[in-house]
Amino acid sequence: MYRYDNYDQAMVDARVEEFRDQARRRLAGEMTEDQFKPLRLMNGLYLQLHAYMLRVAIPYGTLSGPQMRMLGQIARKYDKGYGHFTTRQNIQYNWIKLEDAADILADLASVEMHAIQTSGNCIRNISSDQYAGVAADEVTDPRPWAELLRQWSSFHPEFSYLPRKFKIAVIASAQDRAAMRLHDIGLELVKKDGVIGAKVFAGGGMGRTPMVAPEIRDFVTEDEIIAYVEACLRVYNRYGRRDNKYKARIKILVHELGVEEYRRQVEEEFAHMKTLGIDPPVAELDRIRSYFADPAYESGLSEEVNRSDPDFALWLDRNVVAHKQPGYAIANISLKPVGGIPGDATAEQIELMADLAERYSLDELRVTHAQNIVLPYVRKADLYALWKELDEAGLGAANLDRISDIIACPGLDYCSLANARSIPVAQKIATRFAGNGKEAAIGEMKLKISGCINACGHHHAGHIGILGVDRKGTENYQLLLGGSGAEDCSLGQITGPGFDENGIVDAVERVTDLYLAQRSEGERFLDTYRRLGMAPFKEAIYG
Amino acid sequence: MKLLTGNDLATGDVIWWTGSGWSLHVGDAVDAGAEGEAILARESEARRVNAGYIIDAEQGANGPLPLHIKERIRASGPTVRADLAINTDIPIVRA
Ligand code: SF4
Repeated sequence: MYRYDNYDQAMVDARVEEFRDQARRRLAGEMTEDQFKPLRLMNGLYLQLHAYMLRVAIPYGTLSGPQMRMLGQIARKYDKGYGHFTTRQNIQYNWIKLEDAADILADLASVEMHAIQTSGNCIRNISSDQYAGVAADEVTDPRPWAELLRQWSSFHPEFSYLPRKFKIAVIASAQDRAAMRLHDIGLELVKKDGVIGAKVFAGGGMGRTPMVAPEIRDFVTEDEIIAYVEACLRVYNRYGRRDNKYKARIKILVHELGVEEYRRQVEEEFAHMKTLGIDPPVAELDRIRSYFADPAYESGLSEEVNRSDPDFALWLDRNVVAHKQPGYAIANISLKPVGGIPGDATAEQIELMADLAERYSLDELRVTHAQNIVLPYVRKADLYALWKELDEAGLGAANLDRISDIIACPGLDYCSLANARSIPVAQKIATRFAGNGKEAAIGEMKLKISGCINACGHHHAGHIGILGVDRKGTENYQLLLGGSGAEDCSLGQITGPGFDENGIVDAVERVTDLYLAQRSEGERFLDTYRRLGMAPFKEAIYG
Repeated sequence: MKLLTGNDLATGDVIWWTGSGWSLHVGDAVDAGAEGEAILARESEARRVNAGYIIDAEQGANGPLPLHIKERIRASGPTVRADLAINTDIPIVRA
């Protein structure tokens, strides 16, 4: 894992003290809320439905055991004993007091963490593949690039006041586990003629106007990636719409200019950027890369796993995936117990996961955009002991990528922008399918719920998506089918009129029943939907 | 009726104007009538409320009830965490 150098630490420490003084001045009445609001937002402190909410950055979702432990301690000491892991691979605390906020930032800084650039029209936390560095299918480890981009984008003076917020994802596998093409810029590291470089996508996003990012460049060599990304941003920063918040994201610019014209302008800017020599020296990339070298894997480990406990065998089959190193496995901890709140974990659970990482996963964890946690380095021989402890703590749900592994944003239970509640709908759907026993038969299913058009719950990218809307002051839910955030990226289509909270659960079951009746051998729900099209599903829903 | 609400500056708690101060309980709220803007200006200046605003409400069995679901959830606490509720007797969906 990357460790802060003196510059990183000094910057973060200085920011804590700066914010401490700003908060003090606000509390003392030396600043109005209008003056203070942009300052607190620069430090991830929002005012939400019930209280202040603090969003903490987890760079590309990677955490050490001590960092995770600190997140648990913060939940206990300053919040109401829990935190919420988000689709941005971050964590949010819902019940923060302004008078505590600087102390929390200081605690975070003590473990090399912060909340900088988790709000505002700047480059946000870089996202990446939760299996980076351990996936069997990656061409290279994307984390050094994610880290380089983090450093490049932190306090970047030119990109601190963009037309709108800006999200970048980096992956390095053909399989996309990070919804890369639904980011403002997506980088897919690839190998061409033996040389590592990146395929560059720009102009993707969800929200009000969802778009799949088109490819802008099929290959840029690794020593030119930063210059190329900078060129993409410069064109956006210059021409992105600042007059209309709803048209200010880069996707609108790329769409309005057309891919060809946007690309032409980027290439022109890139040629100029090359004369400036802003790409980092190779030595710097090597320095960063050294932090992500493979750990000292043990050799000769057993591949055998005793499957005699059926509950464990179920979890093994569902939540454990192949590791690139013999004798090791990647274990997914589902934060989606049936009837629970997707992405929430108690202080005790967070601390337990930190302890388990220390004992079983070389002291490292990852947060996934699907609001789950990954232990990336588990010896196969330790899987049973690990599962036992998870299960006892309510963290043993065996449902990865199943219908109860629902992405749900906080919705109207917590979010002041929401139109409708997301969490109760997720709970009802998970409970329905736990009761009817259809989850296993349905197989892979990505169900995603947002409480408003901002799409934090990625509803456009759900095989089944649900969007909460306000219909004359009451909560109403639209159903979407056919979305995907993976390498077969697509946007879901709305089925028709919306439903109330119970009606949407029934509609989901009618959709999955049709799938079960109509699927061909080996077809996932998404495949069947793509083969059959919307019409029969509409008929089944509204018939 | 018109209620005044906002957040406590230091703690962030949702608070309601009671006519003489601020309460965590919407049941203590009073109709601010036409005085809302003036009260908010004064109370914000004194830092007794942060980000205050005026909402529409109706009289319920146990006191005033906001008309909009968002404000009812603000008054009750998250509906998915009954253990954290501030006011459990608030009907979230308007009858
Ligand atoms: S999608 Fe809307 S309701 Fe959900 S967290 Fe985002 S802004 Fe809030």
